[in-house]
Amino acid sequence: MAGHHVSTTINGDAFEFVCEPDETLLDVLRDRLSLTGSKEGCGTGDCGACSVILDGRLVCSCLVLGAEAEGRTIATIEGMADGDRLHPLQRKFLEHAALQCGICTPGILVAAKALLEKHPDPSETEIRYWLAGNLCRCTGYDKIVRAVLDAAAEIREGRDAA
Amino acid sequence: MPRDDVTAETRQSFTKVGTRPLRPDGVDKVTGRARFGADMAAPGMLIGKVLRSPHAHARIRSIDTSKAEALPGVKAVVTRDDFANRTDELRDILVNVMAREKALYEGHAVAAVAAVSAAVARKALRLIEVDYELLPHVIDVEEAMRPDSVLLHDDMFTAGVDPVPDQPSNVAKRCEFGHGEVEKGFAEADIVIERSFRTEASHQGYIEPHACLASVGADGQGELWCCTQGHFMVRDTCAALLGMDVSRLRVIASEIGGGFGGKTTVFIEPVALTLSRKAGRPVKLVMTRDEVFRASGPTASTSVWVRIGVTKDGRITAGEAVLKYQGGAFAGSPVEPGAMTAFACYDLENVRAIGYDVVTNRPKQAAYRAPGAPMAAFAVESVVAELADRIGMDPIEFRLKNASREGTRSAYGPTFGPIGLVETLKAAKAHPHYSAPLGNNQGRGVASGFWFNFGGQTCVSLNINIDGTVGLAVGTPDIGGSRASMCLMAAEELGIEYDRVRVIVADTSSLGFNDVTDGSRVTFASGMATIQAARDAVKKLCARAARMWDIPEDAVVWEGGYAKPAGANAGDFQPLSLRDIAAAAAKTGGPIAGHWEFNAENAGPSFATHIVDAEVDPETGRTSILRYTVVQDAGKAVHPSYVEGQFQGGAAQGIGWALNEEYIYGADGKLQNPGFLDYRMPVASDLPMIDTVIVEVPNPGHPYGVRGVGETSIVPPLAAVANAVSAAAGVRLTSLPMSPPKILAALEAEKGAQAAE
Repeated sequence: MAGHHVSTTINGDAFEFVCEPDETLLDVLRDRLSLTGSKEGCGTGDCGACSVILDGRLVCSCLVLGAEAEGRTIATIEGMADGDRLHPLQRKFLEHAALQCGICTPGILVAAKALLEKHPDPSETEIRYWLAGNLCRCTGYDKIVRAVLDAAAEIREGRDAA
Repeated sequence: MPRDDVTAETRQSFTKVGTRPLRPDGVDKVTGRARFGADMAAPGMLIGKVLRSPHAHARIRSIDTSKAEALPGVKAVVTRDDFANRTDELRDILVNVMAREKALYEGHAVAAVAAVSAAVARKALRLIEVDYELLPHVIDVEEAMRPDSVLLHDDMFTAGVDPVPDQPSNVAKRCEFGHGEVEKGFAEADIVIERSFRTEASHQGYIEPHACLASVGADGQGELWCCTQGHFMVRDTCAALLGMDVSRLRVIASEIGGGFGGKTTVFIEPVALTLSRKAGRPVKLVMTRDEVFRASGPTASTSVWVRIGVTKDGRITAGEAVLKYQGGAFAGSPVEPGAMTAFACYDLENVRAIGYDVVTNRPKQAAYRAPGAPMAAFAVESVVAELADRIGMDPIEFRLKNASREGTRSAYGPTFGPIGLVETLKAAKAHPHYSAPLGNNQGRGVASGFWFNFGGQTCVSLNINIDGTVGLAVGTPDIGGSRASMCLMAAEELGIEYDRVRVIVADTSSLGFNDVTDGSRVTFASGMATIQAARDAVKKLCARAARMWDIPEDAVVWEGGYAKPAGANAGDFQPLSLRDIAAAAAKTGGPIAGHWEFNAENAGPSFATHIVDAEVDPETGRTSILRYTVVQDAGKAVHPSYVEGQFQGGAAQGIGWALNEEYIYGADGKLQNPGFLDYRMPVASDLPMIDTVIVEVPNPGHPYGVRGVGETSIVPPLAAVANAVSAAAGVRLTSLPMSPPKILAALEAEKGAQAAE
């Protein structure tokens, strides 16, 4: 199989890689670029553990081909904190104990960030439906939903104060 | 002298335990830095893949791997011939890891390859030629028990039956528990209800598929990185299957992305090690989700019959159950704990539970959170709800009247010590949820549940660092925040701040043996070992202070994180902090460390009572869960947030099991829904907030009163949801999952019955 040469931007940095035509973006992130924060829970787009933002849109990276990253902009969990400053969602997940095993956490954080960027003041129901594509087997979602509500409030307050 | 006031009786006041600090592994897990099973790589690593049987039951006549071996890039191919046969207690595990004479279920491993890439490995699998002789199969537990059923094993003669049968069958074992005279009890009853119940197999559903990275060198020494609930178990099992000395295999537990019991055995680990040994290179092997469903352990599907008798004033006179659990292709379904726990919530004079462990052509079941108990509770608590309704008594009052309490002889034998069932029932009754109004098509269900809890072999090491911080090494993988609890308990004992303790899950070469993280044992057993190791260190810290002051060791006490002279006679010295003593360690005798090794007993059972409101749409049969409250005894909640998390997670899994989740088989014996789209676990929009009430009835078997909490939370929900749905629909549902078609059928049948009257 001939490899595809791909140039892309991930978390603000330029990357170049060669991948096979049937390799998914998730395979490339994890196996070629060592960005293992995105997880493979199913490989069929059902669990959301591999969620990334592709040109501003929330996608399952297991359903995107690596070759499709050409010229695009990708944000993964590794780019969510600003250096040693956690994103409010990351902090609130810790404060609310919104993770147990933590395997679904990167995908849920990426998805929740995408929600809050579009809808800064979501209701509990809106959060639940937005995150319906992200499976968590440990928590029953209660503490996750509370953490997102709390993070949204803090981000809004920060904006109002600014 | 270290204080010993906490050993004699359960401690009552705490400064650290019971608070909610951030977990020590938290930042790694919210930033993507935490390394799970599939996140590790090694130089020169190969990719392993497993070939699995497409048939539910087939004799393997031959396996030809020559074409696969000839494919460029393939470095090793293994089959049954690469694993030495055995006849001991590991035989079933061996045969499950790699099929021998027969493929016993669809998905059973028959060969594996290691190649330079996943693409080459996949291609190689297609080149392996397996000659199968197809055999008839059996999937259903009742069918498998018939005398004329297809047989899985010619050498399976039912154990627990006297005399031993002279014909083989699919019934591996019969067990019986109880006491009193059941028939006499039923004769005293005013009302007797008997019903039959069915549950389908559900999967633990951890989001992280099984994954490992194995490396065996030409010197026969090996390393294995894997996601598991018990890396010491993995080491011992793999070493035995590969014929290695235990000391030559070092197993490192990765972060684990959920287990719920499903990662308490081995599947791919011995295969990866064998491939690595053959190829002479590291091999990474990761299951797909399809493989997780087809080839790792779901729990049993069951058929349970229950009969309970009561007097008009609400006293249960007798209880009886027959439980049939199929646990896949090998003996070992959790019917025994099912039979033991079925009536554990009740103080009964006459009780009997009989269980049958049955094999079918399905994947070998693995433990799933309180293995066996939820299905038994579903049956018993459904009949209990119906009886309370029939005699016109409030269902919680009815349970209180018959509840197990301290001194009750349990239905499975032992007499209970201090337990918290009555406290959970009273708290549930007093909860605002229980008296909230209900609307049309809505119903409320209540159910109680029990789990034994486990202690087990445990070993902990606690090192005092030069700056007075503490390194704690435990051997029990952390699946839900247990490291935070360990730090809290160590800090509590030592009198230092929580964040001065750093805890790791040590590998198998760094610490003595530890049992698997199971039986809700970690916060109890590793926690107790941590407390004892800290006390061991305190003794040594006091001895060092004595040396620094040049006074006798027993003239020093440890209080609030400081060594102090025991009294005026001991001398007048400024208290020494842990940091002061640690800094001087090199001059007072060298490193300071505490250790504890033991086999923990007296785990202390945990009881729970759940309340749930459900609404059933009579047009579609769809159920909505409107409100859910978990009340459970934690003994002492060390980190309440993670205790609540266990309560909520168990309830959510139980809701999924009750309403949606099931293994669906076709007539060909093949699983039809091996993915998250069709195996429907609860998503965020399926659930309401899950309220929790932590009851604390201290366990006298633990210095802080801790009871395990991880498993009991999944015992009541099947029955609680069934009771709510039955109340909402106006018809008793006896088969899980209560999917919309089943509810519609029950509503139709009820309409037909009413029309006939």
